[in-house]
Amino acid sequence: MYGFIAKRLLATIPVMGVVAVVVFLLLRLSPGDPAAVLAGDAGSPEDVHRIRVALGLDRPIHTQFVIWIGQLARGDLGTSIISNIPVTRMISQRLEPTAALAVTTILFAVLVSVPMGVLAAWHHGTWVDRAVMAFSVIGFSVPVFVLGYLWIYGLAMSLKWLPVQGYVSISQGVWPFAQRLILPTLTLSVIYVALIARITRASVLEVMGEDYIRTAHAKGVADRRLLIRHALANAAVPIVTVIGLGVALLIGGVVVTESVFNLPGLGRLTVDAVLARDYPIIQGLILIFSSVYVLLNLVIDIAYTLLDPRIRY
Amino acid sequence: MSTRWSLVARTATILGLAALVSLSLRPAATAEAQTTIKAVKHSALRVLDPILTTAYITRNHGYMIYDTLFAMNDRFEVKPQMVDKWTVSADKLTYTFTLRDGLTWHDGAPVTAEDCIASLKRWGERDTLGQKLLEYTKELRAVNPKTFQLVLKSPYGLVLESLGKPSSNVPFMMPRRIAETPGSKAISEHIGSGPFKFVQAEFQPGIKAVYVKNPDYSPRGEAPSWASGGKRVKVDRVEWIAMPDHQTAVNALIGGEIDFIESPPHDLLPVLESAPGVKTMIINKLGLQGMLRFNHLHPPFTNPKIRQAVAYAVMQDDYMKTWISEAKYRRTCLAMFVCNTPLASEAGADGLMRGNLEKARALLKEGGYDGTTVVLMHPTDVNSIASYPVVTAQALRKIGMKVDVQAMDWQTLVSRRGKQEPPAQGGWNMFHTNWVAHDVMNPVVNAGVNTKGAKGGWFGWPADPQIEDLRDQFAREGDPAKQKKLAADIQRRAYEVGAYLPLGEYIQPTAYRDRLSGILEGPAPFFWNIEKK
Repeated sequence: MYGFIAKRLLATIPVMGVVAVVVFLLLRLSPGDPAAVLAGDAGSPEDVHRIRVALGLDRPIHTQFVIWIGQLARGDLGTSIISNIPVTRMISQRLEPTAALAVTTILFAVLVSVPMGVLAAWHHGTWVDRAVMAFSVIGFSVPVFVLGYLWIYGLAMSLKWLPVQGYVSISQGVWPFAQRLILPTLTLSVIYVALIARITRASVLEVMGEDYIRTAHAKGVADRRLLIRHALANAAVPIVTVIGLGVALLIGGVVVTESVFNLPGLGRLTVDAVLARDYPIIQGLILIFSSVYVLLNLVIDIAYTLLDPRIRY
Repeated sequence: MSTRWSLVARTATILGLAALVSLSLRPAATAEAQTTIKAVKHSALRVLDPILTTAYITRNHGYMIYDTLFAMNDRFEVKPQMVDKWTVSADKLTYTFTLRDGLTWHDGAPVTAEDCIASLKRWGERDTLGQKLLEYTKELRAVNPKTFQLVLKSPYGLVLESLGKPSSNVPFMMPRRIAETPGSKAISEHIGSGPFKFVQAEFQPGIKAVYVKNPDYSPRGEAPSWASGGKRVKVDRVEWIAMPDHQTAVNALIGGEIDFIESPPHDLLPVLESAPGVKTMIINKLGLQGMLRFNHLHPPFTNPKIRQAVAYAVMQDDYMKTWISEAKYRRTCLAMFVCNTPLASEAGADGLMRGNLEKARALLKEGGYDGTTVVLMHPTDVNSIASYPVVTAQALRKIGMKVDVQAMDWQTLVSRRGKQEPPAQGGWNMFHTNWVAHDVMNPVVNAGVNTKGAKGGWFGWPADPQIEDLRDQFAREGDPAKQKKLAADIQRRAYEVGAYLPLGEYIQPTAYRDRLSGILEGPAPFFWNIEKK
């Protein structure tokens, strides 16, 4: 197992290398000029040129790449071209809201969707099953921003139970923190509830047809124990895979939710950096996202061994 | 299995506890002051150097923490601000400025003449008006710690207008050590002598900027008017919050979570105007001017007849109507130097921009238009500009021109407009933009009538020595009546050569909670004089 983990971690090095080269080249070859952004709308062509020279953007691409890789080797992601602030500081400023939203969303989604899926499978073909599936279809179909506005209209504007927007760090109080995460979590989790509930239902249904379930049933195992201990535990591998993929997608997919609820997270930082052609931030973020994806896959693989003793590395 | 699960459970518990401990050990955020204005600005603040960039959000940041030697009032008069008294020699070549008593930087050091000289030099590296002023300047010298002189090579008519320039780049004063940073490099310290202090520790680029009252600021005795007069701060703290979603900002204002939205979109104004506890006002009554810019370097717009054909084909009213439904927020205006300003005139605009398609077609024929496709850049992500290319393309097609409307984001446009290559090699033929009125209200600051050509000109690069000569005369002239005549001559010639087309003007209202009072009019939203109940 430890050998497997070490091998997987070593394998991330070439993966990150490829990501670094591709991202760097893509950014430099796509249209856009951070010097023009920095000069502002009224900046003259001469201003833009002077800024480009001052930032070293007039140097050959390979020279810029060598400089960046050199920084990276020293653990330095560089400095934002636009804000003149270290990339690591900017990312760390934005990490907490995104991490908090991702954690609450996945927790909420798992806590709601797994029982829903199990229930649908247990009551296969009944109105319960149809209701869960109907919710699932709706959850997939309604765009996140529409849901967000509906929640805001209902719970914040009409009932005034929750604030419309903003983020308060957990260090400033648990309730203010939670209060501002409820609506974004409800909004973002719907699609994951729909996805995980469907997969859970399908996996549990498949397992329910297995011989050992019939045997357990014949031995008089109680329904609840049968469902959780025998059916769900054995259906867990595909469910965990989907949850893992969901977490990975979540990290990159929170942009709309962060915008609608004005959360200062990594999603907004990514979009802002892309629009402003702030190369060091985009490069830093993509490297970090890629590392997270690689690590998540590793965690999922390790989780398989906990859920299914037959899986060994 | 049970051993593995217990290992996982223990690890999770340890990690969870570690996370909680680390969160609880974080320094508590600054306690919210009693009077804090929470304002959503027109865009997010990312660049903090108001000399490096011309971005309006950075200019507004500059007004918070820096002060100026002179400032313009609502009668377009330039008044002393940091300057106590000033004199000009009989030959109009030597200006002597003495600073007010008690001016200090935010770090406590006194403001000196050397600081101001260094600030003017840096500003003169970057700003159009500053560059022109320094062209005419023989020397900037300190007489004593509070007095300095500006010695000209020859008389120059815009000395005070330059020092009191209200919009980007504003000649903000900075400590010498900061102002000695090259103009093409961002400053790293943000210390001014203005009415607010910038809270660097709470700055999150693109998210939030925080300012606190500068207790050591000594306001002038006069009443505030635009950027001039007494800047009395009546709140403890101002927070600029960036909200990417307009609807969220509107909901937050109605819900009382914020106090101020600088630029709510026009289509949401009816919602705000009918919301209890919310008021709207117009801070910048001069508004903004739309601009259609030709690329004079490449066909078909190398031909003045074809530029004129476009000027006859388009109709000003169409541009603003497409995105502002309420007539009170838009107006047609043929004055390149903005309606309701001292230099406003309709010189040279007879019959232009009234949708005269017959005349346009005739000019097109006369100009020998050969069917060259016009590459029109269309920024789809800027609401206030996105509709202009559609209107232009329609007018051009009506008169028989071929148009290739290329959709892109604004930053791509901003980068691409710098390319002087032909359209087939990544260049362009036309783009549109908007200008705050104060940035186009005289022929020296108005980039549209800069006709220096491919070297030294603004994007589009028209070349016309006659206009340049007139602009130079304007800069040297000190008599307002003669300046007005010169401005009219420049405008007449600019229309004749098709330097650019003004597309009309629009007004941007501001919305705020009724617990705020004392909001000032001006070229930018100012936060002094505002009280919060």
